[in-house]
Amino acid sequence: MSTLLSVLSPRARLLRRIRERAIELVLFLAALSSVAVTAGIVGVLAYESYGFFQHVPLGDFLTDTQWTPLFDDAHYGILPLLTGTLVTTVIALLVAIPLGTVIAIYLSEYAPYRVREVAKPVLEMLSGVPTVVYGYFALLFVTPLLQKIFPSLPGFSMLSAGLVMGIMIIPYVSSLSEDAIQAVPMQLREGSYAMGASRLRTALSVVIPAALSGVAAAYVLAMSRAVGETMVVAIAAGMQPNLTLNPMEPAATITTYIVQVSLGDLPHGSIGYQTIFAAGFTLLLLTLAFNIVGQMLKRRFRQAY
Amino acid sequence: MRSVQQIIARNKLADGIFVVLGLLALFIGIATLLALIVDLALHGAPRLSWQFFTSFPSRFAAKAGILSAWVGTCMVMLVTAACAVPLGIAAGTYLEEYAPKNWVTDIIEINIANLAGVPSIVYGLMALGLFIYQFNLGQTVLTAGLTLGLLILPMVIIATREAVRAIPRNIREAVYALGGTQWQSIRDHVLPYSMGGILTGVIIAMSRAIGESAPIITIGALTFIAFLPPAPLQATPPFVSFEWLTSPYTVMPIQMFNWVSRPQEAFHVNAAAAGLVLLLMTLLMNGIAIYLRYRFRKRIKW
Repeated sequence: MSTLLSVLSPRARLLRRIRERAIELVLFLAALSSVAVTAGIVGVLAYESYGFFQHVPLGDFLTDTQWTPLFDDAHYGILPLLTGTLVTTVIALLVAIPLGTVIAIYLSEYAPYRVREVAKPVLEMLSGVPTVVYGYFALLFVTPLLQKIFPSLPGFSMLSAGLVMGIMIIPYVSSLSEDAIQAVPMQLREGSYAMGASRLRTALSVVIPAALSGVAAAYVLAMSRAVGETMVVAIAAGMQPNLTLNPMEPAATITTYIVQVSLGDLPHGSIGYQTIFAAGFTLLLLTLAFNIVGQMLKRRFRQAY
Repeated sequence: MRSVQQIIARNKLADGIFVVLGLLALFIGIATLLALIVDLALHGAPRLSWQFFTSFPSRFAAKAGILSAWVGTCMVMLVTAACAVPLGIAAGTYLEEYAPKNWVTDIIEINIANLAGVPSIVYGLMALGLFIYQFNLGQTVLTAGLTLGLLILPMVIIATREAVRAIPRNIREAVYALGGTQWQSIRDHVLPYSMGGILTGVIIAMSRAIGESAPIITIGALTFIAFLPPAPLQATPPFVSFEWLTSPYTVMPIQMFNWVSRPQEAFHVNAAAAGLVLLLMTLLMNGIAIYLRYRFRKRIKW
């Protein structure tokens, strides 16, 4: 077909084609390995959870109000862990969503170029700090600070863990929201200005509605991140399962329960060992649901223009 | 006329208020970061000494150090990089350069997007069930490295894809025009040109892995390790030993977690010092990555 290829002997051409296919196959296998990881995760969690649900009926798991798998009088109700997860996540979102959204609007609609160039990497560092360091900060800096305002606050509390977690996930909200806001075409803004609207009016009534699905995706993905966060809560919120919605109390989340059990020494195959997989499976399903919703929203904002 | 001016004044005021609000929100984020760094530095910096870096953990806070922790972190990171980097670059390259548009590709892509959102502790559970109890790898450097490697694999794949996608189509066509094969275009052109972006992504992913504690706790890292894994390089033939792979270990975040969880004040000081070292490591890596990204973005003009 080309003069250059005809320089090669048929044998060399064949070898070359084989090599090309072999390389493609190797690269394909590498890509497929990511599917194997997922299969491994789902397989292990499902297998061990199956063992767990042989002992504990699903109804008890979902409705029992106590989680005491390691006591003599064992109860296996996931609710206390769910409320702990819920409270810390809600506090974190109450911090991260307003701050992250305001930052995103400010950086994309108002900030001068230089401010943006400096602020974005610094903000990204917020999510680069190891979570164990945030845990230390929550326990030994934020909690004592809060105790000056609320003297009755115990040494471990969901409030302090949630607040710090909220700061930690600001970049998740702000950077993805900003991407969505940047993707809104300039003409929409200009149309709004032409009608005499102010910058703020344009941002709130034109830009944000146009970028809504992207901004919503940012919220949902931040939520998934907060649900799966472990170390901040494990260090600052205590690890005792506690069925309460009061943020001033210590409590365990799904993740901290797994940490607590892992720190001890449970024999492989025991029901105590299986509980962490049942808890982990619940966590995986929760975050997976959030991620799928988040990705659907994200795809919608990508297609809009 | 007057009312128009009033409206303009009111709008300007609203804009001004929002700018203040935006700066305030930014300030809260940045001030927290600063407070965290200053707090760690105030408590931890006095503890940083040669002794702290060269001592094993101890029952006595003043004698304890992070020798086994930082050596362990370096070794685990070696395994992590060896696992995630080649696999991630290969997978990313396949998806951008070879993958046909079909359901297999769709599954792989959806799968990677979801893997990136799986909480790190779930990787730990997977490793506990699979690496420790199925493959019997034990609580070793190898297990920890592989676990963290799989954890950052999606990040490396995504970074590779973005970097490779940025290379213009005509570079590849130029190679084909000269009779080169697809692999030659990738090996000699696409990958070298996208190395900057890939490197940035890899460094950020590694800085994430260095700070990870949850999955390591799940696979049962020991916190009291008063010895070092065998050295990878030996004085006697065959000079290279892989015994360190199967050695028990501890890593920086685990050591810090252990010290934070103790009630004594003196151990909290150690925790602050360890946290400071860990923070400097990750911030340094992030800084390098941001600098690299900035440089490559400026330099490349197609």
